[in-house]
Amino acid sequence: MPEVLRRIVLEHSDEVAAKWLKEIAEKRKGDYTSSISTELYESTNREFVNNIFASIDHPDEIAKLDAFAERIINLGWPLSYITDGLQSFRRVTIDFILTESSSVETVEFSKILTVVDDWVEPIIKQLVNQYSGNWEHTVSLQRLALQELSAPLIPVMENITIMPLIGTIDTERAKQIMENLLEGVMKHNSEVVLMDITGVPVVDTMVAHHIIQAAEAVRLIGATCILVGIRPEIAQTIVNLGIDLSNFPTKSSLRKGFQSALEITNREIVNLDNSTNDMTDILDSLK
Amino acid sequence: MEIKSCVKIRKEWDIVSARQMGREMAKELGFGTVDQARIATAISELARNIYLYAEDGQIDYEVITEVNRRGIKITAHDNGPGIEDLGRVMEDGYSTSGGLGAGLPGVKRLMNHFDLQSEPGKGTTVTAIKWVR
Ligand SMILES: Nc1ncnc2c1ncn2[C@@H]1O[C@H](COP(=O)(O)OP(=O)(O)OP(=O)(O)O)[C@@H](O)[C@H]1O
Ligand SMILES: [Mg+2]
Repeated sequence: MPEVLRRIVLEHSDEVAAKWLKEIAEKRKGDYTSSISTELYESTNREFVNNIFASIDHPDEIAKLDAFAERIINLGWPLSYITDGLQSFRRVTIDFILTESSSVETVEFSKILTVVDDWVEPIIKQLVNQYSGNWEHTVSLQRLALQELSAPLIPVMENITIMPLIGTIDTERAKQIMENLLEGVMKHNSEVVLMDITGVPVVDTMVAHHIIQAAEAVRLIGATCILVGIRPEIAQTIVNLGIDLSNFPTKSSLRKGFQSALEITNREIVNLDNSTNDMTDILDSLK
Repeated sequence: MEIKSCVKIRKEWDIVSARQMGREMAKELGFGTVDQARIATAISELARNIYLYAEDGQIDYEVITEVNRRGIKITAHDNGPGIEDLGRVMEDGYSTSGGLGAGLPGVKRLMNHFDLQSEPGKGTTVTAIKWVR
């Protein structure tokens, strides 16, 4: 019987497709697809239904279906376009078979359901897998990108390094901060590290604890860690939490921290305004 | 008038959703930036305690209105192992996880009202209120 049904449906694919396209078009009103041009929507629907029939005809040829899924994903259409579309197809096809074969007994009816499900389910499975594979890929890429961003170390000048922290600090990131900090201090031979927390939204006990441990570890390898960018509201919550930062050098801004760093490394910034004049003098004298 | 919502705590990143929700509500209620930070930090502490010690629980948010004041009520609830010595965990520096032990006493200082209920083997409920000044 599956073969008979397959032939019926494939022979009348134009009719089934027309019914399906009509149902899809009616369902469209007011959903996510309303921003998509009618032309693109209709041509994609036709491509979709052709792919469904191709898959029913040759269940083993999956390349075309994969290519179709990739196109839908690239268009940014939701998974529900696929699942809703295939649900409709299932309904329309069963409807069609029932009206074609006029005297259907209950036994046959359930058989028809099974046969149509056997057509539709592999398609759903394949397309959903494509979608979730794509998501997983995106998520793992983002995780990688985040990891690279999570604890950067910038050697601004000899012996002075800055670690700007932006965004939420979770346990994984806290570990990375510690690792990068120690590694960086050794590598760049830093005397002073400025840890800038201007961009950290919440400093709770966990974050404070990790910062304290990191600063302590930096001290143990012979450098100084200055905590900078403590916003007023963060300063107040730290005090409320009863966290004692008095043993650690802190500065309200990166600028002030940098000034301390210069002092610690026995340097100062010299304004060059006067010397520019000197330079022009020298250049003049060369003429 | 009562506005209620809740955030479930199961993964570490749920802590971030929990405090974002709290901060948003606090902002809408008219709390200043310092109090917003206090509320977000208190929620962070309570949510992290759930994540660390109970593994599974939730934070409830409620706007409370009285005749002459409005505030936000945070309830952290879990069915975890509970706490044996309620006095001890309120001491600064007491921690069973190698933490700073500043979380619970800190929440008490960050908020206006604080209540800790716990039964060993049953679970823990912390209620904290902050009034809009
Ligand atoms: N929801 C909970 N269920 C069971 N035990 C808890 C719960 N919350 C806190 N505790 C216990 O109370 C102790 C003190 O908690 P508190 O938050 O003050 O400090 P902490 O979590 O150990 O460290 P931190 O300073 O990082 O918060 C914890 O170490 C833990 O043993
Ligand atoms: Mg805690």
